[in-house]
Amino acid sequence: MSSLRNALRSSVGSKTLMALTGLALLGFVLGHLVGNLQIFAGQEKLNAYAQMLKDSGPLLWGARIGLVVVFVMHIATAIRLTLANRAARPDAYVVQVNQRTTYAARTMLMSGLIVLAFVIFHLLHFTLGVTHPEFAAEGMVDSAGRHDVAKMVVLGFQSIPVSCAYVVAQLLLGLHLMHGVSSLFQSLGVQHPQLAFLERGAGRAVAAVVVIGNCSIPLAILAGFVPEGVVL
Amino acid sequence: MRFKLHVWRQSGPNAKGAMEAHDVDGITPEMSFLEMIDLLNEKLLADGKEPIAFEHDCREGICGACSMVIDGVPHSPERAVTTCQVHMRSFQDGDDIHVEPFRAKAFPVLKDLVVDRDAFDRIIQAGGYVSVNTGGTPDANEIQIPKVAAESAMDAAACIGCGACVAACPNASAMLFTAAKIAHLGQLPQGQVERGARARAMVEQMDAEGFGNCTNHYECMDACPKEIHVEWIARMNRDYLKASLTAKD
Ligand code: HEM
Ligand code: FES
Repeated sequence: MSSLRNALRSSVGSKTLMALTGLALLGFVLGHLVGNLQIFAGQEKLNAYAQMLKDSGPLLWGARIGLVVVFVMHIATAIRLTLANRAARPDAYVVQVNQRTTYAARTMLMSGLIVLAFVIFHLLHFTLGVTHPEFAAEGMVDSAGRHDVAKMVVLGFQSIPVSCAYVVAQLLLGLHLMHGVSSLFQSLGVQHPQLAFLERGAGRAVAAVVVIGNCSIPLAILAGFVPEGVVL
Repeated sequence: MRFKLHVWRQSGPNAKGAMEAHDVDGITPEMSFLEMIDLLNEKLLADGKEPIAFEHDCREGICGACSMVIDGVPHSPERAVTTCQVHMRSFQDGDDIHVEPFRAKAFPVLKDLVVDRDAFDRIIQAGGYVSVNTGGTPDANEIQIPKVAAESAMDAAACIGCGACVAACPNASAMLFTAAKIAHLGQLPQGQVERGARARAMVEQMDAEGFGNCTNHYECMDACPKEIHVEWIARMNRDYLKASLTAKD
């Protein structure tokens, strides 16, 4: 057991943890995206989906706790590794020229921390309704008596500053995924000439899907879109 | 040709260093970079000054001793060369040239451009070998080595251990070096017995030396005079994980 613990704390083991927790978070991001895109199918679809999640009881709580654990592990490992990396080069070069690395790769901790700040805001905004108490209030129900998620989202995104914050956060998440997803294959030791396209293109492809998909909702609502069935 | 050389001067391991400018004149295009420093050092000696300390040995690109960062890139921005194989024709007459030591916590500066790279030796000592029984001379070709394995092992074995990967890495990580050594032996039949133990021991030693962790910038691969590929790092990760997950201790 102690040798396994040592392995997980080693450089290679920590990279594996980063990759596995990053992969789990990516799974959540994609699932969350597909769920939310149902807003384009109308109020009925989205509210029924939200109710279904709510009714999952222990399963929902299991997933939530798992997600928090994974998120905390990802962040804690990221901070530990970044501090170790800075300590490994105590004296900076007078002249340093990078030949290959990307902006996305050099700003992983920053883009990650901004995504963390966004996640906290997002939870306060829609899930807990702290910033907008009316979102969690008794009156936010549809004709079937379910929490009216579709209406809440429309009201939330009709605010220009709120929508802008969401779009900026998605762009940073996209930047994070651009390097993160490409990096993950190398960290997990997936290396085959016929899979080289993954490392080259997967980051950009996934980032594009996540950014375009997630931003489409606030942008559509700002442009005047109201899902079928929503009464404002 | 004439140049303005900005070179790092540091009198000892704990001394504070700084860049110092020197005008060098009378350089010919076919001179190597080290010969240019030799010429400057002769002038410094004649003027009664301390010559610039730098490491070198073979001067033919095979020993990896000539470690320094030239204009922000280990071994100079030229591709796939060691410093000793860089010639002054690669620069423009009148250029400002910046020369610094490799910088990493695990490679402390000893003097001027000379750094202590013993950390690499300790990584090799931890597992960069195969154990063989002594005795009678083995028959030639007793151990069959597939051609593909021999070629691939040779690609990894091209690493001369100069440390440019560490110097170029934004995290001062030694993963390209360590991975190349693990892949070199791990692909040959002779290296199989100790393969898992080797990966674990070398990674552990690498971590203990205070190198950083790879975050896949791949600067190392571009700086490497032998063009060692980062695919070996993926292989090291696989070997290390497998060995750690199946370890009996
Ligand atoms: C939805 C949230 C997130 C997702 C989907 C995500 C995804 C990923 C992925 C896939 C990787 C690649 C792992 C690898 O290198 O093999 C990664 C790396 C990383 N993440 Fe995240 N991450 C998220 C949030 C965060 C947060 C909140 C932080 C803040 C501390 C963070 C910091 C980092 C750092 C520093 C790396 C390492 C960069 C590297 O090794 O190059 N991430 N992330
Ligand atoms: S002096 Fe031997 S490689 Fe340059």
